[in-house]
Amino acid sequence: MARADEYLAWRTHLADLSDAELEARFWELVDEIVDPLVDLARTHTSPSIERSVLMRMGVDSLTCNAVVNEVDKRGLLGHGAGHVVLHCAQQWDVDVRAAAARLAAGEGWDLVDQKWGGRDDA
Amino acid sequence: MTPETGAKGQQRPPRVPEPYAPVGARPDDWALQHPLDPEAKIDLDEILADLERYRPRRRGWTWRTPVEDQVLGPFSYRETSRSLRRSVPLPAAKYFGDIDPQPDCVVTTEIASGRFEDDIRRMRMTAWHGADHIMVIRTAGQSHMDGLLEGTPEGVGGIAVTRKQVRATRKALDLIEDEVGRPINFHSYVSGVAGPEIAVMFAEEGVNGAHQDPQYNVLYRNINMVRSFVDAAVAKRIMAAANMAQIDGAHNANATAREAWKVMPELLVQHGINCAYSVKVGMPKENICLSTVPPDATPAPCVRMDLPYAVALRDLFGEFKMRAQQNTRYIESCGREATVNHVLNMLISRLTTADIQSTITPDEGRNVPWHYNNVHAVNTARQTLVGLDGLRKVVEVDREAPELKSKVREIKERAVLFLEGMIRDGGYFGAVQEGYFVDSGCYPETNDDGIFRKIDGGVGVGTVVERADDYMAPVCHHFGDNHLPEGLGKPCDLIGGCTLCDEALIPFIDELDPEDNVNVRLERTAELREKGLIKPEVQWAGDGIVVVTMFLPAAERVAEAAALELAKAMNLQEPEVVHKQVMHPAEGTLLEVRGRLDVTVDPATLVIPEEKQLLPEDEIRAFVKEHGLKCVAATVGNDEHSVGMREIIDIKHGGIEKYGIECIYLGTSVPVDKLLDAAIEHAADAVLLSTIITHGDIHRQNMEKIADLAVEKGVRDKLLLISGGTQVTDDLARSWGMDAGFGRGTTGHDVASFMVEALRARAAQKE
Repeated sequence: MARADEYLAWRTHLADLSDAELEARFWELVDEIVDPLVDLARTHTSPSIERSVLMRMGVDSLTCNAVVNEVDKRGLLGHGAGHVVLHCAQQWDVDVRAAAARLAAGEGWDLVDQKWGGRDDA
Repeated sequence: MTPETGAKGQQRPPRVPEPYAPVGARPDDWALQHPLDPEAKIDLDEILADLERYRPRRRGWTWRTPVEDQVLGPFSYRETSRSLRRSVPLPAAKYFGDIDPQPDCVVTTEIASGRFEDDIRRMRMTAWHGADHIMVIRTAGQSHMDGLLEGTPEGVGGIAVTRKQVRATRKALDLIEDEVGRPINFHSYVSGVAGPEIAVMFAEEGVNGAHQDPQYNVLYRNINMVRSFVDAAVAKRIMAAANMAQIDGAHNANATAREAWKVMPELLVQHGINCAYSVKVGMPKENICLSTVPPDATPAPCVRMDLPYAVALRDLFGEFKMRAQQNTRYIESCGREATVNHVLNMLISRLTTADIQSTITPDEGRNVPWHYNNVHAVNTARQTLVGLDGLRKVVEVDREAPELKSKVREIKERAVLFLEGMIRDGGYFGAVQEGYFVDSGCYPETNDDGIFRKIDGGVGVGTVVERADDYMAPVCHHFGDNHLPEGLGKPCDLIGGCTLCDEALIPFIDELDPEDNVNVRLERTAELREKGLIKPEVQWAGDGIVVVTMFLPAAERVAEAAALELAKAMNLQEPEVVHKQVMHPAEGTLLEVRGRLDVTVDPATLVIPEEKQLLPEDEIRAFVKEHGLKCVAATVGNDEHSVGMREIIDIKHGGIEKYGIECIYLGTSVPVDKLLDAAIEHAADAVLLSTIITHGDIHRQNMEKIADLAVEKGVRDKLLLISGGTQVTDDLARSWGMDAGFGRGTTGHDVASFMVEALRARAAQKE
């Protein structure tokens, strides 16, 4: 909606603030806007975030893609793709890179389903 | 290389490069063991060899090292940093002993031809002119790729950012920073739908800085807003772990809005959101840089309009860093106009503060930047910042001036009103859905022409999921809830290490595409490199592109058509007018025409005259001061020309008088016997004889005659006989009894250098 410049009418409540108070007000409002966004990020994840976890585990990007796609398809992203790979590595007693490679090749998803329960539509 | 000889043939003393200990280099550092030869081109094969094993020498950003009250040549500086060990100084530096003062702030250049193998060469050129922040622009399509790219596909309007491209570039920059003796920051984009992965790859590969701003994704790339913010938190935490500098994306509002000067309140809001978000997810304030652009350009009274904004910004964001970007919103095809705007932008940088001075190439309004325009842009920054060095020691921004004071206050108040409105409309997501951003109204004015995005729309919508109660990521520097087992030293102890702690775990994938890769591209230009053939280029080896500047005495549209015909006559392929400017509606038009010249030159076939080696000017002065040097000069024969001789003698023209040489000028049409008698009378060291070449062979006769007379009178050994004229050659003059002859293009330096060397040689003979 287009609106004329109503700055002078809108600013009345700011007129008596000192410069320092005005600047403090700016940052309070920014915090109020940003805090829920930070909370959202803290409690959520995404395919890219999970691939970044596998990358940090030393898994190459192609394998990251394959594993995260399958984890996502099975509705298990919320447990963490790294968690899934770590679980299989522990079950198989291999390192996480080897476990990711086997998962990418289609192995081991039964182990995953046993722990977290597969989805019917998987 | 440091030019030993200036454009006018002035010789400079060779500069011995200072030793340099690169930041972060280990004793087995590859680049230190394979230094670049300043006389040779960078070896792309060597860069590409063994890339799978190459490791960058450090992580994180490096600022310049300021030097307080630095004295260089005859000057002292207030805002400079440590000098380079090798560089190409600004052209006029030859008058001041080739000093090359480097500003205190980091200077950016943005490079993006689409082919990293060509960009590397340009990076080296810009580093020699003072760039230490090399930003590779990413090809736009990549931001919508949900995942990493591998290999080195060719980009359009920018580079495909891949691990191999990044690693090869960082490897080349490690060599280049040793060559110039200053750390070079490498920079690209942590944006798009694969932000966290790009951040990990950048951290692993020693990328030193990146753009990261979730608002940029939302507004300009139409990436889903939830996805963008959730991803950004993880990406920023990883960037923080690698001590990377972050640059935000607020300047794009300025570059996008219809009336760019009206978005100032919004710019403060965008900076505020990205800064606060970054701090809250763990990024230190000193690594957070605001990308700020003076929003206006001439013909607006832009400095007066933009200064209050710059001041308000620095008031509010004093704890953060300022990356001063240059205005691109109003850039047209005139490189001169763009350059003046950029200089005005830097006046604001110097009147306030800038930690990073970004540069935009003057051809940005025409095409993807070309090699030499990156160099021009860096030089505009170097020249302007040095020229304005210490400005605030003598000029102060008057914070109490009523206009400035009220404008600064107004911009801040409008930003606060903007934030209050956002909260009323449901916070960040609500405000974006309401089209708050990039509206061309100066808030609270709105024109309803902002960018509208939906929370349930955009690329990557619906891909974000809630973390479960047992969510776990067994790696370090991970942002957010993470249910790791208790008692771990660090998260990656669970898996025996992560790539941010142990770089041996970092995997490398070589080219995936058999057609679109660096080896195939290099194969196409192999002949040029192997045979050393020379072909013009502006961005890619062998692209053949040249630009011809022409003034045509015709009206604009006629001139444009005529220019294309002329370009065809010059054998230019696919000619295109890239700039035209009316000089007068009827009298004529200036045009620049681009075309491809499919011609190569083999340097082996060239006949190149040997370069004259001149004595340094200071050495000549010292000799003259110690021994004295006097000469008698005249134009001989029936010749009334005096211009050439005046150029050689007069101090005003840079002639030999400036070295302290005493000159007795006898005038024109002087008989040679009079000239010789005068030389004897004044006990001169040299005779300067100017002559034109005549059909009657008089010039030869005059030279032979004065040489014979000098022998007859027993003074030949005491005098240097020097002749000059537009068509005189040294060989002919010597064959006619002279000690030297000087032709067209001779300067006083040439003549003075010869005299000193000849007198020294004679003195040595006598001993």
